[in-house]
Amino acid sequence: MPGETATLPALPEGAARAGPPVLEVEGLSTWFFTRRGIVRAVDDVSFALAEGETLAIVGESGCGKSITALSILGLVPSPPGRIVGGAVRLRGTDLLRVDEEAMRRVRGNEISMIFQEPMTSLNPVLTIGAQIEEALTLHQTALSRAEVRARAVEMLQLVRIPEPERRAKEYPHQLSGGMRQRAMIAMALSCNPRVLIADEPTTALDVTIQAQILELILDLQRRLGTAVILITHDLGVVAETAQRVIVMYAGRKVEEAEVVALFEQPLHPYTRGLMGSIPHLVDENTERLAEIPGMVPALNALPPGCAFAPRCTMATERCHAEMPPYREWQPGHYSACWYAEALMQHGAVP
Amino acid sequence: MTAVLEVEGLTKHFAVRKGLLRRAIGKVYAVDGVSFAVAPGETLGLVGESGCGKSTVGRTAMRLIEPTAGSIHLHGQDITGLSRAEMRPHRRAMQIIFQDPYASLNPRITAGEIVGEPLRVHGLADARQREDRVAALFRRVGLRPAQMKNYPHEFSGGQRQRIGIARALALDPALIIGDEPVSALDVSIQAQVINLLRDLQGERGLSYLFIAHDLAVVRHISHRVAVMYLGRIVELAETRALFATPQHPYTEALLAAVPVADPRKRRPRRIIQGDVPSPINRPPGCHFHTRCPYAEARCREAAPPLKQAAPGHLVACHLR
Repeated sequence: MPGETATLPALPEGAARAGPPVLEVEGLSTWFFTRRGIVRAVDDVSFALAEGETLAIVGESGCGKSITALSILGLVPSPPGRIVGGAVRLRGTDLLRVDEEAMRRVRGNEISMIFQEPMTSLNPVLTIGAQIEEALTLHQTALSRAEVRARAVEMLQLVRIPEPERRAKEYPHQLSGGMRQRAMIAMALSCNPRVLIADEPTTALDVTIQAQILELILDLQRRLGTAVILITHDLGVVAETAQRVIVMYAGRKVEEAEVVALFEQPLHPYTRGLMGSIPHLVDENTERLAEIPGMVPALNALPPGCAFAPRCTMATERCHAEMPPYREWQPGHYSACWYAEALMQHGAVP
Repeated sequence: MTAVLEVEGLTKHFAVRKGLLRRAIGKVYAVDGVSFAVAPGETLGLVGESGCGKSTVGRTAMRLIEPTAGSIHLHGQDITGLSRAEMRPHRRAMQIIFQDPYASLNPRITAGEIVGEPLRVHGLADARQREDRVAALFRRVGLRPAQMKNYPHEFSGGQRQRIGIARALALDPALIIGDEPVSALDVSIQAQVINLLRDLQGERGLSYLFIAHDLAVVRHISHRVAVMYLGRIVELAETRALFATPQHPYTEALLAAVPVADPRKRRPRRIIQGDVPSPINRPPGCHFHTRCPYAEARCREAAPPLKQAAPGHLVACHLR
């Protein structure tokens, strides 16, 4: 589509869109049993996803955001990984208690996932069209062969791949990175899933292509009513796409809020640190970025108190000794910090 | 003042070979007539999307790969045709740090040996002095001298990038070329490394050629910024001017595409469509015309020269 421009629609804000929950994750804990000890990759994580909602899970490498997604789909490599507790309810059914065959009917059909690098999930020896057809034949058994083929082309058209009939006959390596990501989205959405999990879907893409793909995901979500879990490390992407945000650190949720509340008044020092450490495109060019000192602790040797305490400039003795409770401080705004109230009132620990 | 680094008409074409006889069937026009200068103590940012040639510019300027055409001057001296031996004294003045610190560090030798290696190779210090210099460098980049005996795999990504910076600093260079030096790091660690690079520039009067795709990072660290598209510089200006009043339609499109970390500023916006064309088969005229919303007939025919649109603000566009 040379020379054309599209418009990224502004989203309606927050709770206005929240319908009944389609997916509920409760107390999910996924641990890895390694020679060096138990790695608590995901530790007691709960959230609900409403119909048509976009929930962002944000955090840095190793915070557990991707393992949370793999746990929902029953794709945690085992051994060494194991889901040691919790429930993942899809419209009331706990996916952690169904057998592998039932899970296969869920994956790609009711819950789909797209990844950072499309080449890892596209089959290099099958044409793009054949791969979409495969998903349809597997899950939509009522469709005839002709209908399946037509639907595959229709999906490629939906994700705005030019010349969809021709592209359907091409192999993944013949497409550009952006086109491959579109093809993967077409495949993921072909069975009209209720939930789409997008794990860093634009991280490997150039910024102009990233904008195209984000706009595409949001547009399709609106048209198809899919709920989206967007896993990302990029606060810019979060701010532009999500309605609600969960911030994870060292395997646990540290904060959760509607997107505007989170950016206006973050109630966890880690969230504040993240926001301070990114350079901006439009503000005054400050001399120094606010850095978070130190680095993420090893997940097999977490401190007894708050996992962020060793890097937190506000930490007190209590933070190092006792794990702070995860509490709701304002309607819909949760944080696990002993000093969330002080942050709320003074912006810092007095 | 003489520029620390000045490249003129820098060009690098790679042959595309195919078949048993490796016959050349075409060319990748990676870099096509790029000119710029980096002043002492200055950071010049070089931005663009994958395949625009920005990394090739860095490597060619370092003479890690040979240019097809053009010249490279270091402190006013032409280093374009120098032999390996003749290059050697100049290597001290110009160092490079890479995106993936792990791939650029020898896994079999200790971090201390890695940082001390340039000193040893250039015969600049005996073993004892070297040890002291390396310890001082470790402290300066935020590592403990006790970590000198550890191997690269024992460090985190951010620490490995610090080792890379310490090694680059060992010879006290005038210029450091950073090829996506913070792109692989988590944001909290990225901020640490950006701050370190800025502090070092303040202390030592270093010049940087900072190659990156992240516009916010480039804006934060650069004094001037050059934007590349398919092997050519399309715009070059002071950072403030480039971000406040971009002149080239591609720069405009890039800036509009960056997500803004403020949900209240979420707004309808224009997104440029299409992919970057292949550098093997570039569109004629202005390479950007296939995606440009303002393109006219002349844009498809003639390549616009890079000319001054305002003092110090260069742009390659027929319409500006």
